[in-house]
Amino acid sequence: MVDTVSRPDSKGIRAQYRNGAGRRVHNGELTGPQKKTGSERKRWEETVVAKSLTRLPERGGPEAFTTISDEQVNRLYTPADLAGFDYERDLGFPGEYPFTRGVHPTMYRSRYWTMRMFAGFGSAEDTNARFRYLLEHGETGLSTAFDFPTLYGVDADDPIALGEFGKVGVGVSSLADMEVLFDGIPIDQVTTSMTINGPAAIVWAFYIAAAENRGIPRSALGGTTQNDILKEYIAQNTFIFPPEPSMRLVVDTIEFATKEMPKWNPVSISGYHIREAGSTAVQELAFTLADGLTYVQWCVDRGMDVDDFAPRLSYFFNAHNDFFEEIAKYRAARRIWARELKERFGAKNDRSLWLRFHTQTAGCSLTAQQPEINIVRTTIQALAGVLGGTQSLHTNSMDEALALPSDKAVRIALRTQQIIAEESGVTNTVDPLGGSYFVEAFTNEMERQCYDYFDRIEEYGGVIPAIKAHFFQSEIARASYAYQGEIDEGRKTMVGVNKYVIEEPVEIPILEMDPKGEEKQRAKMARLRAERDQERWGAALEKVRQTAMGNENIMPALIEAAHAYATLGEISNVLKSVFGVQQFSNVV
Amino acid sequence: MPTHAEETEGTADVKLSPRHSTIETLVGRLLEGDRGAASRLMTVVENRQTGYRETLRLVTKHTGKAHIIGVTGSPGAGKSTLVNELIKHYRGLGKTVGVVAIDPTSALSGGALLGDRVRMLGFTSDPGVFIRSMASRGQLGGLAAATVDVARILDALGRDIIIIETVGVGQDEISIAGLADTTLLVEVPGMGDDVQALKAGVLEVADVLVINKADHEGANRLANYIKTTMRLLPHPEGVWLPPIVKTVASEAVGIDELADAIEKHRTYLVERELLEKDRKERLRVEVLDRTRDLILKRLMRNLESSGKLDQLLDDLILHKTDPATVSHELADGIES
Amino acid sequence: MVAKSPQKQEQTERKIRVLIAKPGLDGHDRGAKIIARALRDAGMEVIYTGLHQTPEMIAEAALQEDVDAVGLSILSGAHMALFPRIIGELHRRGLDDVLVYAGGIIPDNDIPAIKEMGIAGVFGPGTTMEETVEFVRSHVTPRGVGEEE
Repeated sequence: MVDTVSRPDSKGIRAQYRNGAGRRVHNGELTGPQKKTGSERKRWEETVVAKSLTRLPERGGPEAFTTISDEQVNRLYTPADLAGFDYERDLGFPGEYPFTRGVHPTMYRSRYWTMRMFAGFGSAEDTNARFRYLLEHGETGLSTAFDFPTLYGVDADDPIALGEFGKVGVGVSSLADMEVLFDGIPIDQVTTSMTINGPAAIVWAFYIAAAENRGIPRSALGGTTQNDILKEYIAQNTFIFPPEPSMRLVVDTIEFATKEMPKWNPVSISGYHIREAGSTAVQELAFTLADGLTYVQWCVDRGMDVDDFAPRLSYFFNAHNDFFEEIAKYRAARRIWARELKERFGAKNDRSLWLRFHTQTAGCSLTAQQPEINIVRTTIQALAGVLGGTQSLHTNSMDEALALPSDKAVRIALRTQQIIAEESGVTNTVDPLGGSYFVEAFTNEMERQCYDYFDRIEEYGGVIPAIKAHFFQSEIARASYAYQGEIDEGRKTMVGVNKYVIEEPVEIPILEMDPKGEEKQRAKMARLRAERDQERWGAALEKVRQTAMGNENIMPALIEAAHAYATLGEISNVLKSVFGVQQFSNVV
Repeated sequence: MPTHAEETEGTADVKLSPRHSTIETLVGRLLEGDRGAASRLMTVVENRQTGYRETLRLVTKHTGKAHIIGVTGSPGAGKSTLVNELIKHYRGLGKTVGVVAIDPTSALSGGALLGDRVRMLGFTSDPGVFIRSMASRGQLGGLAAATVDVARILDALGRDIIIIETVGVGQDEISIAGLADTTLLVEVPGMGDDVQALKAGVLEVADVLVINKADHEGANRLANYIKTTMRLLPHPEGVWLPPIVKTVASEAVGIDELADAIEKHRTYLVERELLEKDRKERLRVEVLDRTRDLILKRLMRNLESSGKLDQLLDDLILHKTDPATVSHELADGIES
Repeated sequence: MVAKSPQKQEQTERKIRVLIAKPGLDGHDRGAKIIARALRDAGMEVIYTGLHQTPEMIAEAALQEDVDAVGLSILSGAHMALFPRIIGELHRRGLDDVLVYAGGIIPDNDIPAIKEMGIAGVFGPGTTMEETVEFVRSHVTPRGVGEEE
């Protein structure tokens, strides 16, 4: 199988984004009116600005005006910064190629983004209650956070899971837990997103089996499994198996969704965690798109038609503090994806070209100090997501730097989205920032740097070899260390941490969890193991093993194992015995 | 600053607060297989702290049993994975293993990140495997001596096999390679310029050449290249000719063959009574190195404390004397 | 800086050795890696264990590496279950002179109990690298054995 991000016919495109002389220069010659602006700009700098600076110097040298990712921002942007800019080619109309201004023609004038709050803690019962609470308060989609044992395919009663049950999300060890988790929730109407990667195929099988047990056919289920294993090796570490068998599982799920579950998004290609691991905005953009293109390549290599599965792929980005940088990132992402899918993979269906994405505000930007100010940070970040054209949004709660969010904190976070949608007026027009000299110049620059990264990845022979060579991991580690240094030395501001610091006791109600939760779960699992149909269980696990060893799609075997109440850990262990286990990389 | 500490010999009272102990009792515990005592003694010898000479004196008659394997090669050659597989192999045979993993010290800060690449692979719960990380600590750190001393502690702890793993660090790499009974040089195809990969001097110290990641393109080319280069080296009749072993360490391929080659080399050394001879040669180098280090250290200490060095430098900068004359004078001072 | 000073330092100052350990099942190692680098840049020798270390693995690594300090980084919320076991494993190996401190997401309410266990410092989000480095530097008990010979 080929793992590569090569673009046989994209040299021309790349050259187009390369021929600028300076870092900031987009491309081409300045002509006509732009040329005039250029010389006028020069005059302005030399007379008006120079004079003003003698009276009113700027706050610092050029290094004082950088984005959070350390990208230089100029004093002013004018048409001269958009040399060679072509409206139809570079922007086009919303809902039309290259989709820079949005994937839908009318965007939020028709429908707001989906307000989807990530939730999950404690037992399936606890999280089920939170789901119901959120739906009552106007949430329009569910999003499930799992605990670490679940994320690593480990049962709650495994010794390595000691102290972990329900801590950072809900613990789900079998179909029995999944049934409780969605009890009474109309999962044929509400879409559900599940943040699960290493064992995504297994947990998805639990969900499908839970629905089937309620008489809901799998084809009626809508939602998303994150299932983006590549970024796990790059940034988040919740992988189980080595890259190649993991990719086989991902392709199996895409194939299964394409054939049987038309409303399901089998992969949410995620930059969020790459950013949370400390990357820059460009790294988030480039690494994530490179991952996405790798999935497409693998599916094509399996023999699937790009237009059959590409419309089902969706993205998930971070919304960090730097407002315009984030907006430029989303717009560049849409343009690159559309172009690559069309020109490299020959996609014909417009939906294949759509980069639809979910946004989550940056968890790593939240401060434990003066936690209430996180509401303000989150508002600005959320606004960037909306102005960048997101399809769904999670806003973090103010207390998340301290613990899992309380009911009230979650409600305020949800209200933040409702205010942006219904009070601020930013949803009245499509892509209100389109045509801003700064935003367009910055979008171009993000795109240029993204292609530079594509080249470097290509030099390794693609994403998987680059992962094995620790390319991404060391790039991110370096960026995150540099940023921490800037915060420590006060070169970048973090309000409440390195500036405007006050001493105050933190008064945030913290979610208390059932201290007996883990014990109860262990008892529940012991009962499950004793009471299930042993024969069906054994046969189902054997079938999983056989399928894993062969080439058949593994989903039917996993769904049967779910029905047989095989646990997450049992199924994972069978797969480990066939696929092997991936070691963690310790690149510091 | 300590003065003349090495002259105050005797039983140093080691303050292992609150693990009060003496070198003698620590060595006693070491010989009983106590890993904590071994670890503390390694610190003592690595840092040449008070009691290090006593440690080595007490330990020396309990050493010489282990087979010492050196593993060297460029970064990214997969040495850690290979070492990991070798550990598994030897543990499978019921042999105990000690590992000394050396990483470079940052020239800028003097600190080091000891990647712990071997440890992370999951042997920590096996008391039959002892892993110690060391930083190279620059030229004056006496890395070679420190490494061989740490290996001596592992030897006295009763480890059957001791593996010394180094990241390729030029000259250091060669001197470390010289510490082992059997030295493995690990190369991988496609690491760029083959000539560059086989740095001068490294090939000569290799007893077994390992081509790891042998499933990658260019493995055969690399093997042929090495064979050609080897032929250019002087090879008297009957002398050990390093075999080339291909491995894919990440998939545990070729490990038995590698262990076999190592065993053959050991047998060769034993049969030809070369083990003793080689060790004697290594001891000669070691003693001379240590002596040179000591002389230099003492000289520096005297020069600095007496202020004589500053005075000499002042004279030098004013062209009153020249470096050659100064160094001869200093050397004459040592002789007297 | 004069050229001879690093060498001098090298000869006379014993390096502080620190084990940065990740207990628990969380995969978030950004903080641990930043601290590992910061300690190295402060001249210490740092051993990073990697993810998913059991209490036994952490204590055994601390023993074999004879470290002066163990920094525990945990974001999974399992600290109250794991810390006592780590301390227990360290003591079982006689490593009660090792400085142990912790970082990550640890609620204020848990801090008194954690300090009671013998964990000397707890660093939450927003701690600067400098603070951690200073803490380690000023709190380690040099590993007994006196002067360099």
